Amino acid sequence: MGSLQLKSVRKSFGTVDVIKGIDLDVKDGEFVIFVGPSGCGKSTLLRIIAGLEDATSGSITIDGAEVVTVPPAKRGIAMVFQSYALYPHLTVKDNMGLGLKQAGTPKAEIEQRVDKASAMLSLEKYLARRPAELSGGQRQRVAIGRAIVREPKLFLFDEPLSNLDAALRVNTRLEIARLHRELKATMIYVTHDQVEAMTLADKIVVLDAGVIQQVGSPMELYNRPANLFVAGFIGSPGMNFVEASRLGIADAKTIGVRPEHLTLSRDSGDWQGKVVHVEHLGADTIVYLESEKVGLLTVRLFGEHHYAVDDVVFATPTAGQTHRFDAEGRAIR
Amino acid sequence: MSKARASLTRTSLVHLALISYAVISIFPVFLTLINSMKDRNAIFRNPMQIPTPKTFDLVGYYTVLGQGDFATYFQNSFIVTVVSIALVLLFGAMAAFALSEYRFRGNTLMGLYLAIGIMIPIRLGTVAILQGMVATGLVNTLTALVLVYTAQGIPLAVFILSEFMRTVSDDLKNAGRIDGLSEYSIFFRLVLPLVRPAMATVAVFTMIPIWNDLWFPLILAPSEATKTVTLGSQIFIGQFVTNWNAVLAALSLAILPVLILYFIFSRQLIRGITSGAVK
Repeated sequence: MGSLQLKSVRKSFGTVDVIKGIDLDVKDGEFVIFVGPSGCGKSTLLRIIAGLEDATSGSITIDGAEVVTVPPAKRGIAMVFQSYALYPHLTVKDNMGLGLKQAGTPKAEIEQRVDKASAMLSLEKYLARRPAELSGGQRQRVAIGRAIVREPKLFLFDEPLSNLDAALRVNTRLEIARLHRELKATMIYVTHDQVEAMTLADKIVVLDAGVIQQVGSPMELYNRPANLFVAGFIGSPGMNFVEASRLGIADAKTIGVRPEHLTLSRDSGDWQGKVVHVEHLGADTIVYLESEKVGLLTVRLFGEHHYAVDDVVFATPTAGQTHRFDAEGRAIR
Repeated sequence: MSKARASLTRTSLVHLALISYAVISIFPVFLTLINSMKDRNAIFRNPMQIPTPKTFDLVGYYTVLGQGDFATYFQNSFIVTVVSIALVLLFGAMAAFALSEYRFRGNTLMGLYLAIGIMIPIRLGTVAILQGMVATGLVNTLTALVLVYTAQGIPLAVFILSEFMRTVSDDLKNAGRIDGLSEYSIFFRLVLPLVRPAMATVAVFTMIPIWNDLWFPLILAPSEATKTVTLGSQIFIGQFVTNWNAVLAALSLAILPVLILYFIFSRQLIRGITSGAVK
């Protein structure tokens, strides 16, 4: 239980097309992440799946049943929001149980399901509190608990970690990964943070301007980006792009090299350049070069390296780790 | 650079301005109160003097309360005010929710149409209103007053409340929809509790003009059974002789109920005025 199919889903607000025809298959138990820059339509797409927005055209099926005309509460979904969206006047327990109560579930069963979910998220101590008396991380756990209690076919997460601080974000990320393993539920997750996408997803859907750019596992997207957009979006720091003509390569328009696939040397190498800035991160050192031949380059070195601004260095791409793109920005394979 | 604490001169100037405004506002009320407790001669001889043992006289209050009808007048005023506030809040909030929550054709136009209601005084339509009330047989009923005051109060209520309702998080309403709450439950159980301070603000702004109104009671409901306090007090004002003791006593008494209502709402009101500025 818990598969999802989208067929040529479109959405326009007036004359503005936000979603321009999305086809997608999500298998039961998959963890799918929509990722893309802000305004790419990923949240709108999630809302369309939830039934909070109507699609302008197209079909949406959950477990083989068409749900376009089904209201959100009857679609068998649960959603976790960025702003938690807990009911401020209800206790944690009532927050989690409201959906079931509305559906007419017997009291004993609500009790049992709330207990199970709160045990899973270690929320037992807080059941009698109101949301105002909880910290941000606890609130988000309650919001996740509210979703679990409904035992939905489909979990929808709308940037659930964006309001948390860095340390909590990592913890909650691990928690969501653990929940996915335990519940074996289908989850659809929207984020603009590619670290979340890379670490959590079975399958990443990269969206830009209302169109799917590429669908694939995290490593597929990293190793074999389908186009310039995906190549630049996945990976941090972003991929270096060099005009092929500057390198004398005729059968491509752009050459891409990831910062971690460049080596630096003070003596010799392919591309000579001058250091313009250095960032020391402890585990990594990021060096920015200005090269006459290829322009601005970012190089990621592992460990500590001591380069100073204005040092003259040579950068060399690792063999077999360059990406070629044609004039339309598509990868050449 | 901004100073964390304002200077003493600045603070005292601000307080001076506020205190003088408060004195100007309170003085007529004070004058009414002291004179209502003096005998007739003292009112005219020394209107500014506070009651002394020699001039102290509650004759005005005896007259008013002895009249017997005044209990009815108070009851009428109270019924009209409370029912009108309730209807203004209910319909105003519902309209505000629709305008702020749903995208529909004519949404902006409807909002503007209601805003016009704030700008054009309802009194301009008195003749038409009276004709309508005569035609429907509502003249000399409290219903007539309630209907007019509800219509008068709704535009401002919609204007204030729709602004507040836009601040209620969309995610919260959507969470309710996913949990299976109907649009009515979302409105009554999620949104209304969150805009309670704004509702109190609207209630106070609506209440005072209704309680003090003389115009519509005089025109639409002047019968003995439907007189309001403001209208009832007028019987003591004659063309040649005015019973000032009674008028002042009636007005003093009329302050009380509205003061009680104000205290009920004021705790919420302060939060309403400062919300947004202070979290």
